[in-house]
Amino acid sequence: MKTILLDALTIAGKDLKGELRSKQTIGMMLVFSALVIIIFSFAFDPTSNTVKAIIPGLVWVITIFAGILGLNRSFVSELENHCLTGLRTAPIDPSSIYLGKVLANFSLVTSVQLISIPVLFLLFGYRFTGSYLWFCCIVICGTIGFIIVGTFLAALAANAKNSEMLLPVLLLPLISPLLIAGVQATRIVLESLEITDAISWLKLMIAYDFLFLAVCFLLFEYIMEES
Amino acid sequence: MRQENLFDRILLYILIPSVFILLYLIFIWSPVEKIMGETQKIFYIHVGTAWVAFLAFFVVGFYSVWTLIKPNMNRYIYAGISAEIGVVFTTITLLSGMTWGRASWNTWWSWEPRLVTTLILLFIYVAYLFIRKMDGSWEKIAKLSSVFGIIGCLNVPIVFMAIRWWNSKLHPVVFGEGKNQSGGGIEPEMLATLLFSVFTITILYVFLMRKGAEIEKMRHIVKKSKNKLINKLAS
Amino acid sequence: MMKEMADMLEIKNLTKVLADKLVLKNITLTLNKGEVLAVIGPNGAGKSTFFKCVVGLLQPSSGDISFAGRQLTKKSLIAKRKIGFLGHESYLYSSLSSVENLLFYGKLYKVNHLEEKIPLLLKEVGLHLFKDVPIRSFSRGMIQRLSIARVLLSEPEILMLDEPHTGLDQEAVALLNRIILSKKAAGISIILISHDFEQVHKLADRVAVLKSGRIIDTLTMGEESNLYEMKEWYEKVVTEG
Repeated sequence: MKTILLDALTIAGKDLKGELRSKQTIGMMLVFSALVIIIFSFAFDPTSNTVKAIIPGLVWVITIFAGILGLNRSFVSELENHCLTGLRTAPIDPSSIYLGKVLANFSLVTSVQLISIPVLFLLFGYRFTGSYLWFCCIVICGTIGFIIVGTFLAALAANAKNSEMLLPVLLLPLISPLLIAGVQATRIVLESLEITDAISWLKLMIAYDFLFLAVCFLLFEYIMEES
Repeated sequence: MRQENLFDRILLYILIPSVFILLYLIFIWSPVEKIMGETQKIFYIHVGTAWVAFLAFFVVGFYSVWTLIKPNMNRYIYAGISAEIGVVFTTITLLSGMTWGRASWNTWWSWEPRLVTTLILLFIYVAYLFIRKMDGSWEKIAKLSSVFGIIGCLNVPIVFMAIRWWNSKLHPVVFGEGKNQSGGGIEPEMLATLLFSVFTITILYVFLMRKGAEIEKMRHIVKKSKNKLINKLAS
Repeated sequence: MMKEMADMLEIKNLTKVLADKLVLKNITLTLNKGEVLAVIGPNGAGKSTFFKCVVGLLQPSSGDISFAGRQLTKKSLIAKRKIGFLGHESYLYSSLSSVENLLFYGKLYKVNHLEEKIPLLLKEVGLHLFKDVPIRSFSRGMIQRLSIARVLLSEPEILMLDEPHTGLDQEAVALLNRIILSKKAAGISIILISHDFEQVHKLADRVAVLKSGRIIDTLTMGEESNLYEMKEWYEKVVTEG
């Protein structure tokens, strides 16, 4: 177990190092989330009062749209020079590839969120009055679940030629419970309603995270096997 | 081979009269509901197809687990056929549900947990079939689609729960009764018709499944001999 | 008992079915310590599939592969560490420099004293001047040299080389052959897939011919065997088999 974690860290470190050097994926994700915000401001007039109602949803829409861009890259980039085959011949457990990718993608998406969510509040003139702690908690739990399932399906979709198109089709129905829970919990926190309701949504998200982490962790080796 | 044919024939002999009896039961024998009127008859088909839609999905999950443990062409085919039938029945469920909603709540679509879960189920089915359309050897696709089948199967109850919580306006009910749409006391004739409808549609599902698998197997045989012939001509 | 020790790699009745086709049929081969075995054969004979089965990329449909007397399974990571696989592709990350690539793989293979080994290896393959350049700008020959360094880094006991000479210039071929022969002298067993008879003749102790998934003949190369005879033998075997 310890070696799996160490290998995962090595793989995540390699991914992040490459990303820090080129900054391509993260740059694209940032620009894209900014564009999504702008498009939404055209669709829903940011000066009107409806803004408060759509902010919780927007937080998740930009996370998921920008996240899918990053997820698409995470395994497709391994196909160059057949690096994934190199990883598979290496003496490591396939699960450590998965964990490493989850860690790398999570750091990528979280760093995008760190910029895009404040920008969203700023551009929509939204004054944050809720609890920061709970807000961060909910966003992190939701993002973890999204990345857990997303990384797994990205690995699955990378086998197809049209993986960029396939990934959202596979991913969105599967994360729908997470999305419902995330949006509802975020709404409760942002509108400073009863926090106990948000906690039960949070519990659902945590249960989802653990369940799918375990399942994906176990099933990942089947995706890696070639036949 | 003969044995299988016999089983299929028996299924067919049960199926055909059952369908006619079902139609009789629904439209003539069962009483007209007082409030809903004639539209309530959709209910029998709706529940039957919905049951099969969900059953088909769990069959996909079951065969997916089995395929992963012991890869085998037949299991892989059964999972795929079940998904294809599932798409058809899910669509029928959605359409009948919408018609029902239009008649009783005067709206084509209501964000009601069962209906939304069925819609998401449809999308998971379609995604599953997309994976099966990928290029590659059947062993590889069997693995990938099975993995997705398992994850999708696990997801369905969670989707249902999440939507129910969402609909109950932020006051989660984990278990126990939600809103009861089908009306409280159901008349014995209605119940009998409903049960018979579920029975008939399940038989239909089993029959379609067997026939679909047979066709799919033939397709594989044809493909195989085609490849063989091409190889022979090439060398 | 002595014989047991000498067999580094033992493959028994290896069979692989891929897409309903029997790609490998009952392959039985042994590889002794310090031996260079060349596997040759026409295209589509199953050479690459054979390699993939041995390095664990594919699971054999039936048959055993044992390494130093112990059977290889999916989970035998220690044995995998002892096998160095040089494939068609380089398996290197083009955004990272050569040192970073080697560091990454070194960590995965749990190599000790990486910091000292990497400069030595890079010197050996003649890339020490480019150690901090992202390998995106490397030529095909340089990439191949670096992937050789990657394979050697983990100090494998078996080297599996899948057409290592393709696309290399004379100098690089000479370097590669020098490395192969020095590793052989150090007691490392090597399996080689190649279409290049000249190199096979120079390097191999034994040649096995794989055709339609079957080993149809093997030839032990002696001091006196020459290239022309070997080619003739190959053509005869392939047309007959």
